[in-house]
Amino acid sequence: MSSPIIQIQHLSKTFDGGGSAVHALEDINLDIHEGEIFGIIGLSGAGKSTLVRCMNLLERPTAGTVRVDGQNLTELSEKDLRLARRKITMIFQSFNLLMQRTCLRNVCFPMEIAGVPKAQAKKRAAELLELVGLGDKASAYPAQLSGGQKQRVAIARALATNPKVLLCDEATSALDPTTTVSILELLKDLNRQLGVTVVVITHQMSVIEEICSRVAILDGGVVAEMGEVQEIFSNPTTDAARRLVYPGGISAAQVPASTRVIRISFNGGTAYDPLIASLAIDCGVKVNILGADTRNVGGKAIGTMLLGLPENPNEAAKALNYIRAQKNITVEEVPDYHE
Amino acid sequence: MSEFLIGLFEGWGIAKVPEQIAYLSDFGNLAFEIWETIYAPALATVFAYMIGLPLGIILVTGEEGGIRPLPKALMSILNTIVNLLRSVPFLILMVMVIPLSRLILGTSVGTAATIVPLTVAAAPYIARLVEISLREMDRGVIEAAQAMGCSPWQIVTKVMLPECRPSLINGATNASITILGYGAMAGNIGGSGLGAVALMRGHGRNQVIVMYVAVIILVIMVQIIQSIGTAWSVKSDRRINQSNSKKE
Repeated sequence: MSSPIIQIQHLSKTFDGGGSAVHALEDINLDIHEGEIFGIIGLSGAGKSTLVRCMNLLERPTAGTVRVDGQNLTELSEKDLRLARRKITMIFQSFNLLMQRTCLRNVCFPMEIAGVPKAQAKKRAAELLELVGLGDKASAYPAQLSGGQKQRVAIARALATNPKVLLCDEATSALDPTTTVSILELLKDLNRQLGVTVVVITHQMSVIEEICSRVAILDGGVVAEMGEVQEIFSNPTTDAARRLVYPGGISAAQVPASTRVIRISFNGGTAYDPLIASLAIDCGVKVNILGADTRNVGGKAIGTMLLGLPENPNEAAKALNYIRAQKNITVEEVPDYHE
Repeated sequence: MSEFLIGLFEGWGIAKVPEQIAYLSDFGNLAFEIWETIYAPALATVFAYMIGLPLGIILVTGEEGGIRPLPKALMSILNTIVNLLRSVPFLILMVMVIPLSRLILGTSVGTAATIVPLTVAAAPYIARLVEISLREMDRGVIEAAQAMGCSPWQIVTKVMLPECRPSLINGATNASITILGYGAMAGNIGGSGLGAVALMRGHGRNQVIVMYVAVIILVIMVQIIQSIGTAWSVKSDRRINQSNSKKE
């Protein structure tokens, strides 16, 4: 594996919240490798936005170091930091385009700041708009574009200074599912074509599954778990990871408290076998699907299902044994489901 | 025609009608007064923006958490000065700055002398208007500019001012109308202009017709400024005016 392009060591960030200090991040250690698509996932308030802002020093860490491409950002002067930021650009949930500029001039903007001659900047901006599929929108204003198109312009703008890293802060959270997929596809393409390292911050598991190779799960300001996406999603070991990986189903209140709840994970290959149907036919046991989330990750079928077992203990045991006997499926009881 | 008007107005109990009609029918009189009404406030607006625009920018960028924070003490001094100047009624401010007018212009009477009090009164007002406009700026866009490596100066000149242009134009419209109104009031310190005409002839010499005509002309001037300002602001706003895509 290649050398880390972003190396975060012992990073902490504390906000002074009117007397009481808020520890947004505590002792974060992360290596992000050149050319990978790295995901950072967490629920609201987990500190993921703060973490990504520490990567380009929009937020100055309280302690620790941030190295980007070998350069320790925390030691740089304001001026050098501004230069370094051209190598680590960012896109946002709310796009943050300049509304009074045309798309072309939006893409020109970072080059204007960097002092690129106007004609050259315009030429490159036109190429970049072409690259993101908006070659015909050069003279349109952002207000005339859809959300997905605005994000494409923002991506073109972020690429203008030939960055090594593209930070995506909830870049698809304001978009509908179809547009989300197309933007993720674009990021994947750009990662392949240009070799730009992509860091994706999101609260949506589907986004991580769609494009990331590795993921860090952030919970309460600390990295709860980190590793290959497939590994973590098929076998989450921490509470934080489980909370994210459990498929969103019906609420606990709708399930009788005596019901035993199990979570099964499909670890590749058999996700689309009709497990529940065969369970009913082979054992005559009916289980209740409380939630399910199965999909294709990196070419393999991965998924989880939350099942409510029958109240009759014999039937429940029968179903459990049947599922345990299946290949590539792990079963785990969820003791705290009703809490 | 004038026989008829004289009869009509005298019938309403208005005195000295022939004198008033004679004054109003001399076009040169009114044209001169209109010019006097325009030029002092117009110059004052320009001078006031030279002070108020930078001041308004500093009030936004210099605060804690702004793009270029300045010492807290300095910020509270600036805010206090702005508030103090804004709380003095214009009529009183006008008298208070007479020594300053004498110092700068060598005189404290006449239309030109009103430029000094008008500027002093308008600059803090404009600073607040600019501040309000710039505060509408989306924080996210400024953050994006910072993430792209913009310096504070570049953020002000390339992001904040252009992005807030429609709102700044509205503010300028508002400011020039207010200064025009102050200018009419400044007729008091020996200035001329429609305000002085309304005050001295209308009130002082009981020439009601002249007063109404002067006021109506002022109203029309305000209407024209407001219409031009609003139209300009709307036309320049690319968020709402989507029809005229710029060709590049």
